[in-house]
Amino acid sequence: MNGIAQAFDGKKALITYITAGDPDLDTTAFLLKLLDESGVDILEVGIPFSDPLADGPVIQQAGQRALKSGTTLKKLLAMLASLKGEVKAPLVLMGYMNSLIAYGLETFAKDAADAGVAGVIVPDLPFHQSEELAGLLRSRGVDFILMVTPNSTPERLKAIAEKASGFLYCVSLLGVTGADEKGNAHLEEYMQRVRASTKLPLALGFGVSTPHRAKAAAQVADGVIVGSALISALEPCGTDRKQLVAKATEFIGSLRAGVDSAG
Amino acid sequence: MKTSMYFGIFGGQYVPETLVPALDELETAYLGTLDDASFNGELLALLHNYSGRPTPLWFAPRITESLGGAKVYLKREDLNHTGAHKINNALGQVLLASKMGKKRIIAETGAGQHGVAVATAAALFGLECVVYMGEEDVHRQAPNVARMNLLGTKVVSVLSGTRTLKDAVNEAIRDWVTNVEDSFYVIGSVMGPHPYPLMVRNFQKVIGEEARAQMLECEGRLPDQVIACVGGGSNAMGIFHAFVGDRDVELIGVEAAGRGVDTGLHAATISGGKPGVLHGSYSYVLFDEDGQIQPAHSISAGLDYPGVGPEHSHLAATGRATYVSVTDDEAVEAFHRTCRLEGIIPALESSHALAHVYRTAAALPKETIVLVNLSGRGDKDMDTILSL
Repeated sequence: MNGIAQAFDGKKALITYITAGDPDLDTTAFLLKLLDESGVDILEVGIPFSDPLADGPVIQQAGQRALKSGTTLKKLLAMLASLKGEVKAPLVLMGYMNSLIAYGLETFAKDAADAGVAGVIVPDLPFHQSEELAGLLRSRGVDFILMVTPNSTPERLKAIAEKASGFLYCVSLLGVTGADEKGNAHLEEYMQRVRASTKLPLALGFGVSTPHRAKAAAQVADGVIVGSALISALEPCGTDRKQLVAKATEFIGSLRAGVDSAG
Repeated sequence: MKTSMYFGIFGGQYVPETLVPALDELETAYLGTLDDASFNGELLALLHNYSGRPTPLWFAPRITESLGGAKVYLKREDLNHTGAHKINNALGQVLLASKMGKKRIIAETGAGQHGVAVATAAALFGLECVVYMGEEDVHRQAPNVARMNLLGTKVVSVLSGTRTLKDAVNEAIRDWVTNVEDSFYVIGSVMGPHPYPLMVRNFQKVIGEEARAQMLECEGRLPDQVIACVGGGSNAMGIFHAFVGDRDVELIGVEAAGRGVDTGLHAATISGGKPGVLHGSYSYVLFDEDGQIQPAHSISAGLDYPGVGPEHSHLAATGRATYVSVTDDEAVEAFHRTCRLEGIIPALESSHALAHVYRTAAALPKETIVLVNLSGRGDKDMDTILSL
């Protein structure tokens, strides 16, 4: 059982997303250790990109702050490599295709594996375009995590489920990250359809903004992904370690309680 | 997908999974129109009776005389309704959207020409229309914002990123992801995920088909060169397509060099970029070594874009077309020269194509025939020109 499978073993997984380098890479390293200690099961780390078209305003602005502080994919991978052995939770990188093309797909797969990355998510690389990158990553033991959406057709769900590894990232709604005002009235039916197509753990993300929503998500999924809401909570703390500890502990604690109460 | 997503190695569908069903639906609907006589009849009638096609092919006597070299012909896309070639594609896509039962139209715009064309088509079909425009461009192109408002379109000023065309595209895609079930995204150039580059080119290919027939009629032969400006590249693909199979016809795309390709302040994507992914397709893109998209620069808002359509990348890679670039200063000089010599006020975009002619055509033999796509009129650029 690899790290990602373990994260779902016997409990509902809490997965967090933060953008690397927001507001700087030292703070990201500090936060990853802090989130790990606070009970997060999988740590998603975003590669900042100038044109993140699947992201809402909160993650867009986090990316802008990260780019302003000089964050690059190269520096991010070096930082993750330096954390090896210091965080228990598996690390999953999330980034846009052009960042990986600029780095070189093969080099990226190698360096990500060497840095201890357990999985990679690329929101602008849909299933039918993903074969090359998925192959490069999987041959080095890194999961390529696929996404499904509420409007995925039955045929496509089946095809994606057959190729997926790690967990299946279920986008909760039609929209971008952080779109919490919209919600999805058909969540249960949607997740039942996805579950019928795969034995992989299902993690639900996009728009999970409160402990209450996290609980509702955990009732129908095996894991819950929280990004924009966490970034918004931490942003006012800046680089202040004390404030970050207080805020993250409180925020993760309440999410954890929400997720765990779903049983 | 039912048809190839690629032009050589370029193209594809680099979009969030949420959009895949919409692209499938669009591809099916679009391919269904190819043999649909009633759809094509309706579109042709719109192009003729509403937009004023066919547009004239004009032998430019004074430009030709002033150069003393090649004979210069202008394809007068500036004489279309709304003042540019953009209406060809807007009418095609909005007609398709209405056939698909979509109630809401989304579009992005830079200079505002595509936005005005879509707003016009949406008004004609009675559809709700939202146009995304970078805040910078909203200020630079205020008259076009007013025109869109008059036509009943809501213009959303985009505050994210660099607040220009690329950010307007991001925002339009985010809207589409959110409202994918009832909205149709009308992309304005031969870019974006498949099937857009193919579909937009096909809605624009009427330019080259007309020009080819007109040229055969008046000269009895094909031109030696076909020249067009390239931002995303829709007017260029529109005029190139009919000539791609004519191996003796040289195809020349003119990109915007801004203040010079070596200054970094330019929009010459093929001349100064590398293959990457922007807005849904794999093509030449301006980006730095970390993959961050670089802001483009051009005096012409319509060329001020850090990407280019994948079919252009393919034509460049195979050598079938040549891509050159022209600076802001050269384009402005060509703008003035065309006004005075020919009595035509060209768009700053089209002035780039003309600048290449002024730079090279004098040295060509007198029997050479050069065909230039005059893609739009320059009324919209008066503020820019007068402020220089």
